[in-house]
Amino acid sequence: MTRRPVKAKQEVGTTGHSWDGIEELNNPLPRWWLWTFYATIIWALIYTIAYPAWPGLSRATSGLLGYSTRAEVAAEIARVEAAHAPIEARLASADLTAIASDPDLASYAQNAGGAIFRTWCAQCHGSGAAGARGYPNLLDNDWLWGGSIEEIHTTITHGVRNSDDPDARYSQMPRFGADGILEPAQIEAVVQHVLAISGQEHDAALAREGATVFAENCAVCHMEDGTGDRTQGAPNLTDAIWLYGGDIASLTETVTNARFGVMPNWNARLSEAEIRAVAFYVHGLGGGE
Amino acid sequence: MGILDRHAVLEKNASLLLVGSLLVVTIGGIVEIAPLFYLENTIEKVEGVRPYTPLELTGRDIYIREGCYVCHSQMIRPMRDEVERYGHYSLAAESMYDHPFQWGSKRTGPDLARVGGRYSDEWHVDHLTDPQSVVPESVMPKYAFLSDRLIQPTHVEDLLDTHRMVGVPYTSEMIEAAKADFTAQADPDSDYEGLQERYAGAKVSNYDGQPGVTEMDALVAYLQVLGTMVDFSTFTPDASR
Repeated sequence: MTRRPVKAKQEVGTTGHSWDGIEELNNPLPRWWLWTFYATIIWALIYTIAYPAWPGLSRATSGLLGYSTRAEVAAEIARVEAAHAPIEARLASADLTAIASDPDLASYAQNAGGAIFRTWCAQCHGSGAAGARGYPNLLDNDWLWGGSIEEIHTTITHGVRNSDDPDARYSQMPRFGADGILEPAQIEAVVQHVLAISGQEHDAALAREGATVFAENCAVCHMEDGTGDRTQGAPNLTDAIWLYGGDIASLTETVTNARFGVMPNWNARLSEAEIRAVAFYVHGLGGGE
Repeated sequence: MGILDRHAVLEKNASLLLVGSLLVVTIGGIVEIAPLFYLENTIEKVEGVRPYTPLELTGRDIYIREGCYVCHSQMIRPMRDEVERYGHYSLAAESMYDHPFQWGSKRTGPDLARVGGRYSDEWHVDHLTDPQSVVPESVMPKYAFLSDRLIQPTHVEDLLDTHRMVGVPYTSEMIEAAKADFTAQADPDSDYEGLQERYAGAKVSNYDGQPGVTEMDALVAYLQVLGTMVDFSTFTPDASR
């Protein structure tokens, strides 16, 4: 671009401004700049007519294009739902155990279930589903309430021990120590018995004493041999898998104050197809029965 | 000599220029802000939104004190990805009793506008005590000390009264019962019928599982009510707003 020579004062005149003897030349604005400026003004006018903008007495103008953020997000959601509707309808009515043998359904359930798991479940059960202390690991084959796809589906639908769904899976371990059902010495003994049946180092004499305490107080739910009862969500105490820890301190705390793990009911937040998808996903993580 | 030729007067008097600029900005502000207060489509009436209970309001103060808003927004924008992840987009009415609102603009952590009811109380306590124990990839700091700090409802009436001053419809009955409601909400063995009459759907729970009301109780009570007041199974927002 060639630079235009600076025009002399005589050619363009001054604006009349004079500050301490310095005068301002009255050079016109570049044409391109001036036209762009006018164009933006015209654009702004067109824009405010096309889109909601001008405030009136009771509401703002809604714009010739009828645009609304809410309508747009509703349309977007409707579009995606319509696209998924056929397969979601199939998923919602399919036999849970038959999903795996239908490649289309299985692939959809696996991917949708994974996305749902990472959005809604990962905070407690971990993004890799390995759980945390107090939040069950879903990768192993140890299940509190059952590991078949139907049982997983029920647990997700109604949740565990929540107060929002009357069909939630429910059981409550008594607070043997806090409520004075067992003496501290009995608790000490029964903890040793649990250490014994789970194959850990223990005091054999105390454990024998604890076996009686166990049979009288714990066997109703955890069974005579301590293998637990899934219908009551009573964990198996003979394996090496512990939800709240299997050492003396954790076991004493569990027996004394009991535990009360809660899971929300997802039927209020997820659709039947979504629950089935995530049940299929969890069932397929490794421990599914 | 037209008025436009007189600008030298403005330009040569700093104080006059200041007054003049203030005037211009004021007009701009009024034109942009004032209509929001009277236009029907910006003040949507929504059923279910109630003032916070004394315990929730105290929890909200702790939320603000700890700067939770620095990393967490409370504003689900009307976009499909947000709606699918967090739930229904936020309505203006849902923060009508928030002074100041906690919409925020930065998300280091997730949006909390609808975190209420999504997790159990135990999860919130575990998570606030040691976030990495449940979410290993989290960068959130630990707030374990909240469980050790017992709080008394000494100033809770003043707190409600202050919020009434800025427009929250707390009744005199609510303020009188504030202390009792404060304690009742954290104790499922208490007589909390009055609390639930005054604050529809208020959840009563011993949030942190220990006796007494701690800052943990208050904060979890606040988190558990977020986004739960409006029942979206019966409420459909006007699409043209």
